[in-house]
This record gives sequence, C-alpha cells and structure tokens, in this order.
Amino acid sequence: MHPQNLVAPVLGLLLAPLLVGVINRTKALVAGRRGPPLVQPYRDAWKLFRRGAVYGEVTTALVRLGPVLNLATLIMAMLVVPFPGTGAAISFTGDLVVLVGLFALGRFSTVLAALDTGSSFEGMGASREVYFAALAEPALLIALATLTRVTHATDLAAIYGAIVIDTWSHALPALALVGVSFLVLELVENSRIPVDDPTTHLELTMIHEVMVLDHTGPDLGLIQYGAALKLWVIGTLLIGLAPLHGVDPWVAGVAGLSGMAVLAVVIGMIESAMARYRMTTVPQFIVGAATLSAVAFIVLLV
Amino acid sequence: MTVLLTALALLLVAGVAASALRARSDVAQRIGQAGAVLGSLVGMGAAISVLCGTKPAALVLSWPMPGGGLHIEIDALSAYFLLPIFGLSALTGLYGRRYLLGHEDATRAAASWFHLNLLTAAMALVVVARDGLLFLLTWELMALAPFFLVIFNDRLADVRQAAWVYLAAAHLGTAFLLVMFILLAQLAGTSDFTDFAGVLRVHPALSSTVFVLALIGFGSKAGIVPAHVWLPEAHPAAPSHASALMSGAMIKVGVYGLVRMLTLLGAPQAWWGWALLVAGAASGVLGVLYALAQHDLKRLLAYHSVENIGIIFMGIGVGVLGLAYDVPALAALGFAAGLLHVVNHAIFKGLLFLGAGAVQHAAHTVELEELGGLLKRMPWTGACFLIGSAAIVGLPPLNGFISEFLLLYAGYAGLLLPTAAAAAAGLTLLVAMGLIGGLAAACFAKAFGIVFLGAPRSGEAEHAHEAPWPMLAAMAGLALLCIVIGLAGPVIVPALAAIVAEADGLPVAQTSAALAPMSAAFAIMTIIFLGMVALAVGLWVWRGWRLARAGVRRAPVWGCGFQHPTARMQYTASSFAQPLVSQFRLLIANREVIAAPSGYFPTEASYASDSGDPFLRLLFVPTFRWFGRLAARLNVIQHGHIHVYVLYVVATLIALLAWASL
Repeated sequence: MHPQNLVAPVLGLLLAPLLVGVINRTKALVAGRRGPPLVQPYRDAWKLFRRGAVYGEVTTALVRLGPVLNLATLIMAMLVVPFPGTGAAISFTGDLVVLVGLFALGRFSTVLAALDTGSSFEGMGASREVYFAALAEPALLIALATLTRVTHATDLAAIYGAIVIDTWSHALPALALVGVSFLVLELVENSRIPVDDPTTHLELTMIHEVMVLDHTGPDLGLIQYGAALKLWVIGTLLIGLAPLHGVDPWVAGVAGLSGMAVLAVVIGMIESAMARYRMTTVPQFIVGAATLSAVAFIVLLV
Repeated sequence: MTVLLTALALLLVAGVAASALRARSDVAQRIGQAGAVLGSLVGMGAAISVLCGTKPAALVLSWPMPGGGLHIEIDALSAYFLLPIFGLSALTGLYGRRYLLGHEDATRAAASWFHLNLLTAAMALVVVARDGLLFLLTWELMALAPFFLVIFNDRLADVRQAAWVYLAAAHLGTAFLLVMFILLAQLAGTSDFTDFAGVLRVHPALSSTVFVLALIGFGSKAGIVPAHVWLPEAHPAAPSHASALMSGAMIKVGVYGLVRMLTLLGAPQAWWGWALLVAGAASGVLGVLYALAQHDLKRLLAYHSVENIGIIFMGIGVGVLGLAYDVPALAALGFAAGLLHVVNHAIFKGLLFLGAGAVQHAAHTVELEELGGLLKRMPWTGACFLIGSAAIVGLPPLNGFISEFLLLYAGYAGLLLPTAAAAAAGLTLLVAMGLIGGLAAACFAKAFGIVFLGAPRSGEAEHAHEAPWPMLAAMAGLALLCIVIGLAGPVIVPALAAIVAEADGLPVAQTSAALAPMSAAFAIMTIIFLGMVALAVGLWVWRGWRLARAGVRRAPVWGCGFQHPTARMQYTASSFAQPLVSQFRLLIANREVIAAPSGYFPTEASYASDSGDPFLRLLFVPTFRWFGRLAARLNVIQHGHIHVYVLYVVATLIALLAWASL
C-alpha cells in the first residue's frame, strides 16, 4: 500500500455526501426549484452529530451497533475498490469476494438494528431490504464474473487496470451490459427511484427509509453518511469501467471525479423522469440486471 | 491407535453404565456425561496427534466373520473428520445433562446417554473403518442409535412419525451402499478398502456405477435434495444437544464416505463433478428456500443443514471438476473449500442447535411466532446465537466466510479456464452461491430478529431465563471458535493442505502451492477485518462520547399515531419472509389458510401457514403408499402361526441349497 493510493479513499470519504447534494440539486432544478445548497448533506450530518438520541423502549445495544458497523464496513469497502488514476488502496487475490462480504455484513447489521426496535414499520422495511438484497447479490456476483472473464483477472485492481480502449473495442457488448447492470445495482442498493423513494412521506411505500425510521441523532447521521459512501463505492465500480488506465494519473483522477458528478446528475435525472415501481415490479428490475450480465457472460463464451 | 480405542471404550462403558443405572437417574446422567466428555477429549487427542504429523496408525485383526476383516486406520482425512465428531460430542455432553435435567421422564433421560455415546463411537468407527463389512456394520450402528434419540419424546405422534421417516430414509441409503460394497467385494475377492482401488483400476467402467451408488447412498445420509426429507423431521424431534450432534457431525460422515470413495475411484470423469455441483446447488438453494418458509426454529435450522451440505457438495464438485479438467489449483481450492466448510458447519450449526435448545429450555417453545425479546432476558445465549447466525450466513470476519470465500474464489478462478464448460461451471457456482448468500441472510435476520429482538410475543417468552452455565459454556466455546477460525485463515489454510492432498490425490507440495495465494489473501483479509473492528469500536466510543453530552432518552417507537400498540402487532416471522416465499412460490409449497376480516366491525381474522416439504408430499408419500399397497398383497402368507413361519424358513433353506448345488 502506497500513500498515494490512499488519496482516492480519502477523497471518497470527503466527497461522498456531495453526490447526494448533486442528486438533490439536479432534481430541484428539473422541477423548477432552486433546491438546497450542494453542501446541505454535510450540514445535516453536522446537525445530527450534535443532537441527542431517542431509543425505542424494547431496544438493545444492537440498534446502536447497526449504524456503526455498517459505516465501518463501507469505509473498508472504500479501501478495496479501485478509483481511476490512483488504483485501490489495498489489493489482493479475491478482494472482490471480500467486497461482497462487506456489503452483506453492513446490510445484516442494519437489518438487525431495524428489527431491534420491535416496530412493525421497521420490520416491514427490513423484510423488503433482505428480499431485494437476496436478488441483488447474485446480480453483483454475475457482473463481476463477466468482468473477470473479459479481463482475465480475479482481483479488482487488476480487473479495472486491464480495461483500456482495446478492451472496449473487442468486448463492447459485454462491458456495456455490465455497465447497465452496475447502474441498476447503484439504484437498487442505494434505495433510489425507481426502486425506492428516499423522499417519500408514506411509511407503507418505503424500504430503506422505513428501516431507519426510529434512528435519531448521531446514529441517523452515521446512517446517512454510510448511505452516501455506498453510493460512492458502487458508483466507483461503474465509473471505473471507463478506459482511463494508462492515461496520466492526474487526468484519469479528474476524469473519474467528473464521472462521479455526471453519475449523480444522471441519477437525479432518472429520479426526476421516473416514478417508483410497484413493489411487485422491483424484483423483475433486479433480476433483469442479473440477466443482462449473464447474457454478457454467455456472449463472451461463444 | 490405543488412544482412540481408549476413547471408544470410555464412551461405550459410560453409556452402558448410564443405561444400567437409569433407575438412579442423577448418578446415571453424571456417568454418561463424564464418559461423553472424557471419551471425546481423549479421542480428540488421537485425532490431533495424527494431524500434527504422527505416523498414521493402523490395526488389522483377523475376524471370525465371513467376508470381512477388522481393519481400522487413522490417516489425515479420518483424523480431520474425527475433529467435529469428538469436538461436538464433548460440548454436547457438557451441555446435555443440564438440558435433560428438567425432563419429565428422568429414567429415559438417563438412558439416552447410552444412545448418544453409542452414536459418537459409531461415527468415529465409520470414519476409521477400512473394510467394507466393518464399514457397513458401524454405519448401521450409526444409523440406529439416532433413532432412539429422535423418538425420545415418543408420546407425541409427530415425533413417532419423524422417527419412522428417519429410519426408512437411513436404510434406503444403506441399501445403495450395500450394493456398492457387494459389487466391489465380489470383484476384489476381499472387502478391504486397499484392494478396492486395485479393482477399479482394472475395471474402470465400474467406476461410474460405484460413483452413482456412493452419491445416492452417502448423499442421503448427508441430506442432499431430494433425499433430505428426514432432516426436517428428525432434527426438531430429537433433544437439542442430540440434534446438534446429528446435524453437526453425523451428516458429515456421509460427506466423509463420499470423499473416501472418491479417493478409491481413481481418475474422475467430468460428469461426476457436474453431478456433485448440480446436486449441491439444488440442495443449497432449495434448502435455504424451505428454511425461509419455516416458523419452527429447529425445522428452520434443519433445512439450513441441507443448504450447507449443498455448499460442501459444490466444493467437492468443483474439486472433482478441477481433477477432471486437469487444473490442480482448482481441485485443491474446491476440496479445501468443501472440507473446511465441513468443520465450520459443525461449529456454527452445533452452536445454533444448542442455542435453540437454550430457547426451548427457557421459553418452552421454539415456535418463532411465540417468541421475541429474548436478547434482554438471555443476553449470553443471544450473543452466541448472533455469532452463529452471522457465521452461517457467511459474513466476515467469522469462520463461514473463510470457507465460502474459498468456494467463491474457486468459482472466479474457474471462469478463467479456456473451455466454455469450465467457465459455465464457475458461473453456476457463483449464481447458486449468490442466491444462497442473500437468502440465508434473509433467513437468519428473521430467525435471530424474531426470536431475540423486539418485544416478547407470549408470556413464556416474557418470563424466559438465561441458560445455566454448562449450557452457556458449550455455546460460548463454539462461538469463540467461529471468531478464531474466522481470523486465523492465514494459519488454517496451509495446515489444510495435507488433508486436502489426501482427498484430491495430488502431491502435498502441489496442493500447498495451489493454496499459497489464499494464505496470502487471508493474511490481508485478517488485517482488513481487524481494522474494521477497530474502526467500529472507535466510532462506537465517539458516538458514546457525543451522546453523553447531548443526552439520551427512551420513548415508544413510531406507530403511525396508534395509541395502544401491543407486542402482537410486530412483524412476525411469516410476514417477514412473505415477500420471498411468494416470489419463489413455484418451489416452496406453502399452504395458507386465511380467514380475512369482513364487515364494518370485523371481529375475527386468522392466518395459518404450513410449509410441508414438497418432496415428502409429492414424491415419497405417494411412492411409499404404492409400495405399501403392493406389500399388502403379501398378507395372504401372513398367518401369525409360528409353525407356518418355521415351515417358510425350512422351505427357503432347501430352495437355497438346491440353487447352490446346481
């Protein structure tokens, strides 16, 4: 691990909430409003960190542990995902499996924290979260499998390091389909429209938001910061597909950061243009993403 | 070898003594427990000494039995499987006496030690037997002893039914093994394992037949779909410590049998690997889906055994494919993943069954919808159960993740192979493991969340109490192992090489070289996980410090403004799993009875669901009914007069003699 490899994770930790700011600003502009300032997520976090907390009557330590552990897994995930220009902070054989494991641990702790409140709403959110996650996990594994087959590498740094213009020219359909899968996963895993509406006010239609309904103060701040980090990590998987390797690291890094900003704008546009799917349509959306990657894989075989 | 025989003698003598003294149940239970714990610890010593490099010991005695010799031997593979057998037996022994203490029939509880210790001894003997006849005899002993444990509460009709299902399934599997050993012994002229290998080299065409017989025979003991139907019946019926031993150790003896036969069969064919991979994937996915639909904690755990056996079979399947495609690295990875998961599953499934037993002990039920809020009432049991749940789901940094990492990595490594068939195998593995991982997380979020979190859903759960210390000690020991193995990957994987080499038949050096990159990866992973824990602790301290200044209070949770919420309004196990169960309704036969509320002032409404096993209902019950009808026709020769039966015996003897003299 070299010091310069830590640049990307540190930038991610600092800039991730900005992604949320860009998404919200885009949505506001499309709707004809001025919208909150880009730094609003930082202000919210700062406000929440200074607040006290209220806990449900039947809760145990798990409700407090959930947000903390979730954030810790995402910070670690930040270290293994490569960023254009700087690569990954830590890279080793099979680190893609560890990434999947870290996501699973973060989700499990969030779900148990929700069930700890004993509230029916939280139970409902937790139930939906594990439902969609159970379909999203194979989708992520297949997308990574297709990338493995394209680049003949089994660690994330080598996979993303091998994607150059030439890779795109001979595996265009596969990479494009994987890119679409990652975009769908970005929306699913981060509870964005059309899977979940982060701004809805009706508990019955929520997934992620209803799970964290009874979290307050610093815990809620940690959850919101964790959500921004997750948006960043999966976004990096998508942006990394750009053939930026071999380019000057500064150019690649700046292009990567601009890519993240564009991704946030795209998510904002999708959220403005689409309505939330009915709960029964969401599985088809996720399985569709998995199928796209599987098709890409099969195309590579023949 | 003497150490192992001492261990067996201790187990059996204590078992017989407990059975003989059952009238004085307290003394008998103590003797049975002492024998189980001491005997198992001595047996552990024998296994560990072989694993540490003592020369494999063998014992060959002449035996007056026709067609068989008494040949037992401990090599690295046997010693490795002895670890979960003796390890779990020692801990379930420690746990069992306090668990049985409150049982209404003290005499029967005392006598159960005989069957428990007999089961341990029989499993150990199967694993060291090197002779077909001895293997079958000890196998039968191992099949019979649990019958008496399953039928422990024989006043309940369900329990009697479960015991019969178990007995029938156990013997159907044995029938295939009987054919297999007779086939081999006939060609070899002896029933010694060492001679079998030679025969199969001479008759390679026989290998596939033997493989199929072994897959069905050993697969049904291990609980592979569709021969899994006995697990969800037998495990919930038996006392919890017996379930732990059966699920943790006994079904692994089926895996052992398969691996041992594979070492004798010579160069494997690709379709064997595919058969194991597909059978494993089907068991894994169906097992976890059925588990999701359950609302009896022990039935749920039993179905997870089906799932985990599926994972183990997928590992062995990848290993066999690696051998067939001549990729030694893949073979080593597959066998390493499968074999490591054998021990890991023994640890966390043992822990979870003991945890379910503690819940049963405290709340007198394992019905999920009656439980809730137990973490506050039994914090230690809850913490152990949580660790076991996270481990079985395959979450880092626990032991389940280590073996699933090896398997998933084998899947990705398989994708790189040039042939499309190998890449397709890798993708099959990854899709199955992805589905299993997500569904298992859902299932254990449900199992732990509904039982231990929220508010108690019944008076029994409200007044639950923490388990006594011997039960806690057994669970804590297993929970500790989950953590230690999870972090000790860089040490464990190299140590596994010698055992894996025994199973895949490749030189130890080659296997070690194939596993070396894994050890390096685990070293980095351990650092990452320790960093993650340190980070979490840091964040925890920071938020504690913030909250100490800002203040904390407790309040009712948000109920949409409803004024009088009750514990029964919480999400239940059924409602939690409902979306997934209905998504996979084609595979899960969940039968629902709904009485919906109606009218302006609804008074009553009810919902009941029953997730019976579709394989039992649609495959086995009709088949056995048909056989039953067929067998009923033989009633004409059944009179109940002994002299007529003696006549049948004489007639059969004469017929056989006539046939032999032809």
